[in-house]
Amino acid sequence: MSGVVRLEYRNVTMRFMATSGKGLAAVAEVSFAVRDGEVVALIGPSGCGKSTLLNIGSGLYTPSEGEALVDGERVQGPNRHVAFMLQKDLLLPWRTVLENVMFGVEIQRLPLPERRRRALGLLENFNLAEFAGHYPHQLSGGMRQRVALARTLAVDPSVLLLDEPFSAVDAQTRMVLQRELAQSLKRAGKTALLITHDLLEAVTLSDRVLVMSRRPGRIIDEIRVELPQRDDPIARREAPRVNDYVARLMDRLDISHSAGAPA
Amino acid sequence: MKAAANSSLARRGTAVSVALLLAFLAAWQWGPGVLGIPIFIIPPLSSVFEEFLRMLAVSGLATHTGITAAEVIAGFLLGSLLGAFFGYVLGMSPTAEFALSPYILALQIAPKVAFAPLFILWMGFTVYPKILVAVLIVFFPVMVNVLTAIRTVDPDMINLARAFTATRAQIFWKIEFPASLPPLFAGLRIASTLAVVGVVVGELVGGNLGLGYLLAFGEGQANTAMVFVAIVMLTVVGGIAYLAVILVEQRVLHYLPRRALRGV
Repeated sequence: MSGVVRLEYRNVTMRFMATSGKGLAAVAEVSFAVRDGEVVALIGPSGCGKSTLLNIGSGLYTPSEGEALVDGERVQGPNRHVAFMLQKDLLLPWRTVLENVMFGVEIQRLPLPERRRRALGLLENFNLAEFAGHYPHQLSGGMRQRVALARTLAVDPSVLLLDEPFSAVDAQTRMVLQRELAQSLKRAGKTALLITHDLLEAVTLSDRVLVMSRRPGRIIDEIRVELPQRDDPIARREAPRVNDYVARLMDRLDISHSAGAPA
Repeated sequence: MKAAANSSLARRGTAVSVALLLAFLAAWQWGPGVLGIPIFIIPPLSSVFEEFLRMLAVSGLATHTGITAAEVIAGFLLGSLLGAFFGYVLGMSPTAEFALSPYILALQIAPKVAFAPLFILWMGFTVYPKILVAVLIVFFPVMVNVLTAIRTVDPDMINLARAFTATRAQIFWKIEFPASLPPLFAGLRIASTLAVVGVVVGELVGGNLGLGYLLAFGEGQANTAMVFVAIVMLTVVGGIAYLAVILVEQRVLHYLPRRALRGV
C-alpha cells in the first residue's frame, strides 16, 4: 500500500430537486480519501446518500458542490479509472458468461484477443472457466455475482466502487463471495470503496470504515480496522476484536436507540 | 426426469390433439346429414374437398392463394419494419413520444380495416390497397411492444454501460436492441395473423384477385363450399406465416430458457 491517493471526495454536497421544488440535500460536505490498495467501507442508515457518493465517484452524477477525484484527476463523467458493481448482477441474458465478462472491455474497445485473455483469466480465478459458454439463467445467484465481479475487474480499474454487492445472496454464499472478493482485491492490489449494510462485512473486508449520518449524509466517524489478514474475512471473523469494532459501529449508528429495538 | 415428464406430456398431448382433429373431421362429414342441416348451410367435408379440387383446376385457386400470400408477406414485412422503426425512435426520444402519442393513440383506436375502401379509392383495384391495410394493422402491435421494451430496460443496466464509458450507439446496440427482441417477436407473432386479416378485408372490399375475392364470389354464388375452401386456405396462409415467425424467433432467442419459447 503506497501513499498515493486513488479516490478522493472534496467537500462534496449533492442536492436533488424534490417534487415540492425545494432542493433536498442527499449528502453534505463529504470529504475523504482512499489510498492506493486500500479498501474502505462506507456504512450508514438507509437513504443517507451512500449510493449517491458512488454515482458521483463513477461520474454518473455531477455533485452540486465540491468535486471527486480519481487518480488525481477531477471526475467529469464516466471514465476508465473506475468501475462499479451493484447488488443486482446486471448480467445480459443474451450473452454467455464469457461474453458478459467481456462487456466492459468490449465497450472500451480493447482488441478482441486481449478481451478474451483477460476474461478467461478471471473466469479461471473464480473457478468459472467451465461455465464460460453458459447463459446467466443457467447459473446460481452466487455464480452470477462472481461473473459480475469478474466483469468489473476485467476493465482493470484503479478504483472499484461496490454497492452492497452481496446483499442479495444467501449467508453462506455471501461468506464465500466475500473471501473471493478480498483475495482478488489483494491479488490485484486494487483500491475499493465498499458500501454495505452489513457491519460485520464492513469490518472483515476493509482497512477503514466510514460512518455516515442520517440524511443529509455526513461522515461522522472513521474507524481504522487494525486486524491482520484483510484477504481472509472468514479468518477475521474469529478475531476477538471484531466484536468491539461492530459494537462501536452500532453505537455510532445509534442502532440500539432506534425505535422498536430492545433497550 | 423432468425431460421424461415433458416428453410423456408431449406424447399424451399429441394423441389427444390428433383424436380431437379426427372427431372434428368426422363431425363435419356426417354431422350435417344426421342433424338434417342443408348442404348450403354446412356442406360436408367431402363436398368441400371436391370444391377444393374443382377450384384448383378451374378457378385458379393456386394463383389466388399465391397473391394473397404475397400481399400478406409484403404487408407483414413493411408494417413490422415501420412499427419497429417507430418503436425504437419513440422509445429513445421521450419528446417525440410525448408529441406524437395522442395521434398514435387516435390511429390505434380507429378500426384499421375501415380504411380499406379509402385505400381502394386512392389506389384502384390493385394489390397495393390490400398491402396498405395490412401494413396499418400490423404496425401498432409491433410498435407498442418495441416502445415498451425500450422503456422498461433496467436503468441500472444503462448506468453500468455508461460507467464503462459507453456511447449512445453502444447502449442501443449492446443493450436496448437485444433487450427489445423478445417483446418484438411477441409483437411479430400477433402481426403475422393480423396481416392476413388486413389483406382479406382489402380483397373483400374490391378487386378480383386473392382469397378474399373468392370469399365474396362464393357468397354471391351461394356456393358455401367455396367459402369454406377460402377460409381454410386463409388459415393455412396465416398458419405458415405464424410458424415462420416462430422458427426465426427460436433461432434468434436461443438463449432463453426452453420453456419460455414453448407454447403458442
